[in-house]
Amino acid sequence: MRTVEVSQITEHIKEMCIEANHFLSPDMRRALDRAARTEEAPLGRQILGQLQENLQIAGEDMIPICQDTGMAVIFMEVGQEVHFAGGDLESAICEGVRQGYREGYLRKSVVGDPIQRENTRDNTPAVIHYEIKPGDRVRITVAPKGFGSENMSRIFMLKPADGIEGVKEAVLTAVRDAGPNACPPMVVGVGIGGTFEKCAFLAKRALTRSVEERSPIPYVREMEEELLARINCSGIGPGGLGGSTTALAVNIETYPTHIAGLPVAVNICCHVNRHSVREL
Amino acid sequence: MDKFVKVPLSSQDAMRLEAGDYVYLTGTIYTARDAAHKRMYEALQKGEGLPFPMENNVIYYMGPSPAREGRPIGSAGPTTASRMDKYAPALLDLGLKGMIGKGKRSQAVKEAIIKNGAVYFAAVGGAGALLSRSIADSQVIAYEDLGTEAIRKLEVVNFPVIVVIDAQGRDLYETALLAYRKEALDI
Repeated sequence: MRTVEVSQITEHIKEMCIEANHFLSPDMRRALDRAARTEEAPLGRQILGQLQENLQIAGEDMIPICQDTGMAVIFMEVGQEVHFAGGDLESAICEGVRQGYREGYLRKSVVGDPIQRENTRDNTPAVIHYEIKPGDRVRITVAPKGFGSENMSRIFMLKPADGIEGVKEAVLTAVRDAGPNACPPMVVGVGIGGTFEKCAFLAKRALTRSVEERSPIPYVREMEEELLARINCSGIGPGGLGGSTTALAVNIETYPTHIAGLPVAVNICCHVNRHSVREL
Repeated sequence: MDKFVKVPLSSQDAMRLEAGDYVYLTGTIYTARDAAHKRMYEALQKGEGLPFPMENNVIYYMGPSPAREGRPIGSAGPTTASRMDKYAPALLDLGLKGMIGKGKRSQAVKEAIIKNGAVYFAAVGGAGALLSRSIADSQVIAYEDLGTEAIRKLEVVNFPVIVVIDAQGRDLYETALLAYRKEALDI
């Protein structure tokens, strides 16, 4: 048994909220650099150049990359040998979000009730996903999610007979409908299989995978590559103003499912695909 | 084509702008997003006044991140305009000349743009740090309790936007993709 003080979790979450909102991961930066070199449209190249400049200003002047600093989505992968001490874990996580959004000058974008809509003024609560793993480590992923792209995400409960073509059609439909609203170039997270909520979770988690890493499953990898190529043939382009860079990656995760179903979730993320990962 | 335009936006300038123009705005604009629009809409329904006059003004659909000390504003990029579609035609009918946001607009908004000789601009989504450099001053003038959604008066200097829907009803989102489209995603 290993004891982890929850005050440590608060401190890490605070720092990670600030870090994720000011610095993109190296794979995302490389993907944007590549896109700026290969984009066919002059206006598209200009917009991609502005996005690179924006990243530079964000890091140097500590201004969030995007004013929508998101709802804090947090993945907690917890070793079953870990014992949390010094308070309750969920409160410690939310305290980290509260401190991070205050001290990092991040926007408070959370309303306490979806219908009454009063801002909670500290960006809490977070959306927290817990997974119990073997071992005594704690792996934390903080992925602030903006809602311009979140709003364009979809779930499709396909029939088994729809097969792989049905899945591709679902992904392309979601991307086409998202168009300029989702701040392209986008990253497309896809979950296939499981149940209604499981495929949505897989799609969300797929967005935290490196945009340079392809699925280890051969047919899934082929589908990722084919869909990315087809999306970039759509012409939507950077900012939706025309061009050959509409998406930077399609990341697909799969899970076993029921004999009667083929759930597909498409979680769209803008070019500010943020996540900070730490292991304690 | 690059154009330098003063805001508030004169009717002549609005009529001269064309979908696809790259425009630098200098002058005064106002921010309002979801909650502020809902409140303004309700004020109109009750016959009450609005926090600022619509005539010839430009609304920026934006809720900034907090400003650090010594800076006028934090990150300040556009939000998705379609969420304001329900409210925009009423404001355009009152003389609103321009809207800055990102993403598609409804047919009703397009018709109100044509009818009133107005313009819909896009700013680059997700470039809030860069765009904040073109904002020289920011003052909350109404609905302070809404936090980031309060109405702010902004002084902008060469604030970069692209004309998406012009007063003739041309829509850059519909035409721009055709030039680079190798496969339609329509299935």
